[in-house]
Amino acid sequence: MNNELLSIGGIYLITLVLALPLGAYLARVFRGEKNLLDFMRPVENGIYRLSGIDARREMTWQQHMVALLTINLVWFLLAMLVLCTQGSLPLNPDGNPSMSPDLAFNTAISFLVNCNLQHYSGESGLSYLSQIVVITFLQFVSAATGIAAAVVVFNALQTRTTEKLGNFYDYFVKSLTRLLLPGSLLIALILAFNGTPMTLQGKQELISLQGDSVAVSRGPVAAMVAIKELGTNGGGFYGANSAHPLENPNFITNAVENIALVIIPIAMVFALGFYLKRRKLAYMIFGVMTVGFVALLAPTVYYEMHGNPAIAKLGVDQALGAMEGKEIRLGAAASAYWSITNTIISCGSVNSMHDSFMPISGMSQMLGMMTNAFYGGCGVGLLNFFAYLIIAVFIAGLMVGRTPELLGKKIEAREMKIAVIVTLLHPLLILAGTALTAHLYAGNPTEYSGWLANPGYHGFSEMLYEFTSASANNGSGFEGLGDNTPWWNISTGVVLLLARFLPIVGPVAIAGLLARKKYVPESAGTLPADTATFGVMVLAVIVIIAALAFFPALALGPLAEHFSLY
Amino acid sequence: MKQNLLPAFRLTLVLLVVCCLIYPALVWAGAQLAPAGGQGETISHKGRVVGYDNVGQNFTRPEYFQGRPSAVDYNAAGSAGSNKGPSNPDYLATVQARLDTFLVQNPGVTKAQVPAELLTASGSGLDPHLSPAAAAVQVARVAKARNLDAAKVQALVTEHTQHSAFGPDRVNVLRLNMALDALQNR
Repeated sequence: MNNELLSIGGIYLITLVLALPLGAYLARVFRGEKNLLDFMRPVENGIYRLSGIDARREMTWQQHMVALLTINLVWFLLAMLVLCTQGSLPLNPDGNPSMSPDLAFNTAISFLVNCNLQHYSGESGLSYLSQIVVITFLQFVSAATGIAAAVVVFNALQTRTTEKLGNFYDYFVKSLTRLLLPGSLLIALILAFNGTPMTLQGKQELISLQGDSVAVSRGPVAAMVAIKELGTNGGGFYGANSAHPLENPNFITNAVENIALVIIPIAMVFALGFYLKRRKLAYMIFGVMTVGFVALLAPTVYYEMHGNPAIAKLGVDQALGAMEGKEIRLGAAASAYWSITNTIISCGSVNSMHDSFMPISGMSQMLGMMTNAFYGGCGVGLLNFFAYLIIAVFIAGLMVGRTPELLGKKIEAREMKIAVIVTLLHPLLILAGTALTAHLYAGNPTEYSGWLANPGYHGFSEMLYEFTSASANNGSGFEGLGDNTPWWNISTGVVLLLARFLPIVGPVAIAGLLARKKYVPESAGTLPADTATFGVMVLAVIVIIAALAFFPALALGPLAEHFSLY
Repeated sequence: MKQNLLPAFRLTLVLLVVCCLIYPALVWAGAQLAPAGGQGETISHKGRVVGYDNVGQNFTRPEYFQGRPSAVDYNAAGSAGSNKGPSNPDYLATVQARLDTFLVQNPGVTKAQVPAELLTASGSGLDPHLSPAAAAVQVARVAKARNLDAAKVQALVTEHTQHSAFGPDRVNVLRLNMALDALQNR
């Protein structure tokens, strides 16, 4: 039991030890300085030439966003086309059918926005072509999109006055060639050497030892699992995601996947510090995020390792903890650790079934997605945090009677409005979506009886979790929810879209507006943003906005269930 | 937007080649050097493949160690957990029923000896492992069904227990059951 606690501590430490140099490396890549992977330059130049792109053309923040949204539209159309016709396209050895339009819409949007709601099950819902051309492809490019947007913000926060914020395609392609592709290759090979399949052959039929005939699903799993974690997408090859013993064969692969999914979000924070040469600021941000992470992690590990009190009442031995929905080779502690890392960073891959977690653990997972800025997703986590930062600067400025400034730039009404819209959109989408759905369900429980796998408080939590996951672009679920229906596919699809692109455009717009302003050198009258005091202030803003907005909803779901159990 | 559309389209085509052709091909080529050649590690018995090292199988007969309950009945063409919430009364009744069945099938075992992992479904429905305690509690039944000495069966369990410095100790059910068959055929 203690070795389980030690090993999750070890996984976290290794993550930090790797994230710090990775952050320094990323700063060099995006500043255009000499770095380890400069031998990729001919590849990048080839990509630019074939695409007819001038990667040296500097863009304003608006031009960045137009480029970003245009290419995302192209990807959406490509994904819809392939998903709706996969049944008659090649590379479909298991003969899986084409998707219905509403399911294809949800799936295409979901992966486009670096999420993985997955209202299908991979083994039977997708052909190998779709797994590669839609899922794996979008896992790469959506992660690179998020990183590129974050780099625009990095660029804008420098101490100068400018409209020119670098080239979108340059940031985007370098995120792929210098980070996501080489990183994924390394991880995929580690997985393949530990027994994860990487083949285009279909299911293997065999007779089991006892004499039953069974079919074992295979596929190009290793390549996809690597980028699903590293790109913080989370969409699994198999229905059971990383709980599946072929997708996550042993404790080593579990550690590798768990490190992969959280390393870029942490490294991006350090990269910000190196890029702006303001390392203290990065440590402040990292500190706030880590406090939030640990506050969610500790209760989850505690409750999972102590088991389900309702099962304890049966008088059986629960030495391993709450094992419903968990795998023996991973254990309760590593499952709890994974569940919190993947919810705070909007990854959405799971190595255990969140629906079966204890209520307080389920609430911690939801809170991770509700704040959505403790490390956060690939690039976008930092963007969400940036919006909180603007609000904190403004409030702190008002409290001490100083002009609100961030990094030598005045924060004014316009920036504040954008930041507030971005941060309040998230609770609005989650709570309105859940309320509407709960209303539908309550109006006709028999017609919608297929929606909920569990009665009572937990059923409400299932709906709340789904909208939280959609709005956080996370993708994990309380998977008991019968979510492949037009209502769920379309409502969560719309939530996904809004919750992806507004929180990208908003913070980039703020940064673009700030970059245009005159730089005011820091003086005795400046409120320093890189102190612990200010860190506490930011944390308070996050808790007040995100956590309190959700408290009533959480009281109806997980909190009520907790008090009925204990 | 118009001036971005064509580059976006062309860049997408180029990246499709890079991410969907070159990258998977490199992984595939690398996987050929792996022990299982990228096919997943299989276990053969008398020249035929009886299963995957990492994919659990259904064992219902008393002379075999039984794995954990599975929400998909160990059908490896799919995978899923039960997704039952911790306070769901139907679910708790199912767990109680599993306990009662287990106690009937394993006379002499007391409730307190039954580990909860034998009564709860795994996350994938394909969990290939048992905890050593969950195997030990079945030793008497297996030994009786096979007319073997219980100490000998327990020794086999101990031999097949994989200790891990990181996670919980575990026993691969398929390998253990194959060793049992081999023991009897000798």
